[in-house]
This record gives sequence, C-alpha cells and structure tokens, in this order.
Amino acid sequence: MKLENIRPVISESLLAIAPEANLQTLSPDANLREELDLDSMDFLNFLTALHTKLHVEIPESDYKLLATMRGIESYLVQKVTS
Amino acid sequence: MPSLGADMQAGTLVVWRKQPGDQVGRGEIVAEVETDKGIIEVESFIAGTLEAQLVEPGTRVPVGTKLAIIGEMGNAPHTQREQAAAAPAGAGSTPLPMPTSTPVPLQDSAVHATPSARRVLRERGLAADGVHGTGLHGVITRADAVQARGGESPYQVPAPPAPQAGATSIQPPRVRVSPRARRRARELGLSLSGIVGSGQDGAVVGSDVERAAREQPRAISSTSSRMRSAIAQAMTRSKREIPHYYLTHTVDLEPALAWLGEQNERRALPDRLLLGILFVRAVALAVRQVPELNAHYTEDTLHAFPYVHVGVAVSLRGGGLIAPAVLNAHEGSLDELARAFKDLVNRARSGRVTSSEMGSATITITSLGERGVESVFPVIVPPQVAMVGFGAVVQKPMVVGEAVLPRPTVTISLAGDHRVSDGHRGGLFLSAIAALLAEPARL
Repeated sequence: MKLENIRPVISESLLAIAPEANLQTLSPDANLREELDLDSMDFLNFLTALHTKLHVEIPESDYKLLATMRGIESYLVQKVTS
Repeated sequence: MPSLGADMQAGTLVVWRKQPGDQVGRGEIVAEVETDKGIIEVESFIAGTLEAQLVEPGTRVPVGTKLAIIGEMGNAPHTQREQAAAAPAGAGSTPLPMPTSTPVPLQDSAVHATPSARRVLRERGLAADGVHGTGLHGVITRADAVQARGGESPYQVPAPPAPQAGATSIQPPRVRVSPRARRRARELGLSLSGIVGSGQDGAVVGSDVERAAREQPRAISSTSSRMRSAIAQAMTRSKREIPHYYLTHTVDLEPALAWLGEQNERRALPDRLLLGILFVRAVALAVRQVPELNAHYTEDTLHAFPYVHVGVAVSLRGGGLIAPAVLNAHEGSLDELARAFKDLVNRARSGRVTSSEMGSATITITSLGERGVESVFPVIVPPQVAMVGFGAVVQKPMVVGEAVLPRPTVTISLAGDHRVSDGHRGGLFLSAIAALLAEPARL
C-alpha cells in the first residue's frame, strides 16, 4: 500500500491514544513510545488499531521493527498488500 | 452519593441514566457522577422502580447524600423503603452490596451502625441517618459517630443534609443557575453551592461565577488539580496512620517471558497477553495464601475478603492516577482476566469506570517499570493493608544451577501494614508470587 494511504491511519490510531501528541514535530527516528509516553497497553492498543484498520498481522517478534515512525511506515508499506 | 475510594468527599451528578418510573435492575447504571477521578457510572445495588431523583444534574453533593429513591420489587407503593441508588460508602465485602431481603422498619432504612457507634449517637442525642458511615457497606463506625458531633479528625466528611420525615421532603434546596453560569462554574472547577446569586430570585448568573472565581483565587481550578488534592489527602492519611514495612524480592522472569512469547506467537493482536496480566493474576492467587493481606482495616478491625479485587494503579495522560479494581481476579480463565484488565485500563483512561470498580479493591498493584524504575516502595491505599509494586524488567546476572547467566529479572516489592501483618508473612506472600511466575502455566 502507498505511504500516503497509510499515514492517515497511523496518525488517527496514535491520536486516539495520545490526543495531545504533535505528530508534525515528531522526529521520524525518535523512539515513539518514549516520545509519546506510550506504555505497553497503549502500544498494544495502537498495533491492534493498525491490525483492525489495515488487516495486517504483526507478530510480537516484529515489535522491535516498529520503534520509530520511520520503522512503522516502512514496515506497513511492505506488509500491507491491498 | 457513593464513596468511590477513601479519598472521595463529594461528587457532581452529571446525568441521570434512569428516569422516574423506569425499572432498574441490580447492577444497572442509574446515573453518572463526576469525581476527582473522572466520570463514574453509579450502579444500583437493588432491583426495583426508580421512584424519584433527589439531586439535580450539575449539583455537587457530599458522599452519603441520597441520590434517588428506588422502590423495591414487589413492595406496594405505600410500604416502599427508600434506598440510596448507590453502593454505600466504603463498598466492602460483596462486589455489589445488597440490602437484606427481610423487611426493615422505615426508621432503620439503609442506615447501619456498629453497637458502639449507636451508643455514642444515643449519648449525643444524634440520629444515625444524618451521619456519614465510613465502615464496610457504609456502616457508621464509632469514629464516625464521634466526628459527627464535630470531632477533630482532619478527614471529616461534611455530613449530608439531615433527612426529614417522609421520603419526598429530603430534596436539597434547589439553586437556580443560568446555563452560562453552570458552564463557567464547571470550567473553573467551582462548586455552585457556595456562590451567592445576584439574578432574579437569587439565581446564580455568569457574573456571579466570575466574581466567585476572583474572590477565591486559591480555589481548585481543574479536575486534575482536584485529583491531585484527593491523592494528597489519601496518601497523607496513609502515611500518618499506617506503619508501613517494605520488602523486595527479585525474580527470574525467564520462564514467564518464554511462556508469554510462546502464547503470543499463536495469538492475534487483540488477544495478546501483557506481562502485567500475569502480575495481576500472580498477586490474586498468591494473596489467598496470606489472607490477612487481602483485607481492609477499619476501626481497629481487620476484615479479610473471600475474593480478590485487584486495584491497578493507572496513570492518566495529563497527570494523576486512579486505581480501579479488576473484580474477582483470582477466578476465571487468564483470557477472561486479560479482557477484563484491558477493558478496565482503557475505560479508566477514557474516564469511564463503574462505582463497583472504585473503592472496592482488596489489594492494589502499581507497576512503574515502563520507564526503567527498578523497584517501587508503594504507599498503601487505605483502608487496604498491602500494596505490591513491580519494577522494570532488567537483565541481571543470576545464578542458575552452577552457572551465572544473564536473565531478565523483575524486582517485586511489598508495602505491608505492620498493624495487621509482619515481615515474615509478607515475605511468604512475595515468594508465593515468585513461585507462580516461575510456573506461568499455573496462572
């Protein structure tokens, strides 16, 4: 799937959890959980939202690829086929 | 107005979910109440018909104030007993306290006091129904009875307005308030009841609220600072009254993490387990071996519970925390617990917990490992007598057999109330948690 289609889904899912976050100023290589103060429950909720909206399977062993915004975007571009 | 935690003194009725004439089932949501901890859904502890709403939406009333009258099922209208549509203060040893099914004379309605409290009240010539009970199920304790005549306790809760004879005459005085004034008061965190109105017939108008805000510069101005002061009050009380002792126990988490990884590899995202769920279950099962830690301590008496409602300290975005309980965390499957836990944390963060989840915890957990804290020294939430802390998962050298190996570890801590337990028993509790985490399939 194209990045421009994925980005709004990522933003929407993150803002549902951290409504105060300013995603425009977020560095693409910053650790997302630290920057947005997401705990393990928030992070699981975020991934569950991506799973539901994009029909993507994300095994736990891939979590380490999803630490930054850049990582999440490139992971989803590869994994989401439709 | 139920007490939804030891630190709660008053709440604002936000909206009625049941109207006069509606049937109300036991456990059904009757109203929403705003407290320092967000919006709480108030459940009825009896089944019947909502006869009357006694509090207007937008009104802040002290804990113990009657909110509504529910006529019990099967009773003819003229014999209806009045019941506050809320769990009594300090909701205690049943998840949804139920009044007895035996008919009770009207003068005894929903007001219970310990024998020594009754004696004190009789001596002072006071009626029990004007006194706020802080004991289990809202029972009036001796201390409540003493305080009711102007005792010296700093935790005194303003007594609800003394009910007069007849069920319909206990409606609080109605303050006329303009919509704009109501909105501004809510924004400023001001109670309308203290504001003198300058409008027609003494109605409170917008300028009255603005003036009150200027004249009370120290007035609490937002929900989060109200929450801060509620936490301050409960924690000050805890440190003043409870002689805490502290223990820590560092546990090899390799077996638990390996089991969790194996489980989650097979599970779709929505069904995945979090390490925190294993912690909740391990505490709930282990504390049954040391029942004096799964208890409330009120009026020099320890009340142990046959079930475990695990309070979970949930930090909120924007500051503050609340600790609603996962009810009956000792029973059911781990998947059921996982669903209940996730649902509870998410609702706590969006400000939607129910009255039976607040104030009912029998023991509480705090987990501060997310940002690297290694061990926590918790402050017990009164009237509970123990609190368990979990630190971060840290790689440490552990002796495994004859070898020293790097292992993921967690430091579990216990704050215990020395009035009711000793370090030896606390140590047994922590080692029981450790043993369960070493064999996660038992969870």
